[in-house]
Amino acid sequence: MMHPIPSGTRDVLPDETRELRAITDALRAVFERHGYGEVYTPALEYEAVLANAGIAGTGPVHRVFDETGTTLVLRSDMTVPIARLVATRYPEVAEPLRFCYFAHCYRGTRPQWSQPRELLQAGIELIGSSAPGGTAEALTVLCDALDATGLKDYRVGLGDASLFATLMDRLQIAPEARAGLLETLASRDFVELEQRLEGIGASAEASALLLSLSQRRGGPEVLAEPPGPAADAIAGMRQVSELLDERVAARVIFDLGLVRSIGYYTGAVFEVYDPTLGVPIGGGGRYDDLLESFGAERPAVGFALDVERLHIALAGEERGTGVVVAPR
Amino acid sequence: MTGWLDDLTIAVPRGALFEGTVELLASLGLDTTELRGNDRKLLFEDIGVITMRPSDVPTYVEDGAADLGITGKDVLLERPGAGARERGRRQIYELLDLGYGRCTMVFATADRVNDRGEDPAAEALRRLGAMSVATKYPRIAARHLLQTGRQGEIVEVKGSVELAPLTGLAEAIVDLTATGTTLRENGLVVREEIVECTARLIANPVAYKLKAAQIDQLLARLRERIPARRAS
Repeated sequence: MMHPIPSGTRDVLPDETRELRAITDALRAVFERHGYGEVYTPALEYEAVLANAGIAGTGPVHRVFDETGTTLVLRSDMTVPIARLVATRYPEVAEPLRFCYFAHCYRGTRPQWSQPRELLQAGIELIGSSAPGGTAEALTVLCDALDATGLKDYRVGLGDASLFATLMDRLQIAPEARAGLLETLASRDFVELEQRLEGIGASAEASALLLSLSQRRGGPEVLAEPPGPAADAIAGMRQVSELLDERVAARVIFDLGLVRSIGYYTGAVFEVYDPTLGVPIGGGGRYDDLLESFGAERPAVGFALDVERLHIALAGEERGTGVVVAPR
Repeated sequence: MTGWLDDLTIAVPRGALFEGTVELLASLGLDTTELRGNDRKLLFEDIGVITMRPSDVPTYVEDGAADLGITGKDVLLERPGAGARERGRRQIYELLDLGYGRCTMVFATADRVNDRGEDPAAEALRRLGAMSVATKYPRIAARHLLQTGRQGEIVEVKGSVELAPLTGLAEAIVDLTATGTTLRENGLVVREEIVECTARLIANPVAYKLKAAQIDQLLARLRERIPARRAS
């Protein structure tokens, strides 16, 4: 007798649970060692409260009504609930707050997209610590945590979420054209990007600059040749990288084109890659304005790892490779 | 002559784009003798090539089973979710318009009009409230109807779409055409051009970052070989 469960959800049986548990135990030990205390928040929150974060289009999609008719949502990430928690429970604390979490989050799915509806995230939030120091700390915890799970070949892409907004200001690109350009940049459809730039009549220099910057990624040489309008973002990335220990710095790929799809990032953004997996294992960044939307202005940075993807990457590395064609 | 751009793996489409793709790879110095000679073999490990039907290329690239792929823009537009970029969607990066395999996605109906000057689809829309459109590209067709503010029912077929308007299965078709010959021979006429489609180079997002140097080197060599894009 088959009793279906919702698409994008699954049952986890003991063998897999044991392996997932080993991963989360390793992560938790590192988070705790760096002073990040574990928190739980409710899976259900008031829609009106989370809406303070004002991130249209990326928010929760699962809604229920409670017995009074108030709309509740299943959280879609942990960053917004923790911002809410900090503003409520630690409104006056000036020194940095460090929290970690292991929690299921809920997203919308589409048929055939093989997306999870429920995903297990492990992450940290560092509240009240500004760039570049806070960012460097978050990256260090990230690498220590991944090292502790035994993942070997991962790399961390580091970019800046404010780069293209600043750039479009300087290049005087019409405000109504920006959203479309940013969306195209986020999906890195370079063919469409070129067509859009032609379509809005951007100057040849502006087009060339946007196209070349969005494709610039690699080692420290990316920061070595600073083009004018990107100077601020590049200076920010250099400051962060100068604070990193060698073992962390060796993992970093500087990526000027890195644009995360979540709307609340304000500065440094990062993503974790492993050669055995075709999708990022996790990511994060600075969200210096999010706390302010809950009435507690504080700089902040954090990251979340998708524990199931991390598990797949670990299994892939163990097998030797995750791809059909072995590296020659 | 093995060993190509280090360890990049590329998904190559069998079918209409195969010739152009093999020529392009050969012009990059890849030994394509076996690729040309053996149409049953799928995996050419020595040269980092995997061959497959064009519509499977995005699937392999999205997963990372291939770092790069070449396929038609029509295939990319027909991917689930291609019209809406949403959080969590598995992504591919579209790096380059390779220029060959040029075709047009068209909306076509039978070559006749009624006494009001309406083609069969327009007549159905006015009198029946919706037109029925046969296609192998249901998502592109649905998007086109939505964008042009018309109601329609999409009838998905797997082959010979031209048959649909001739037999009354549908009033219109949405299909890819290179020369329009097949349409004309079946008494159909292009009413609207939806989008021009050419071969595109796509990349897995993770490979794009982890193998940045190799991919950029390949891109630079490809750009030299592609005629400058005409302003469209």
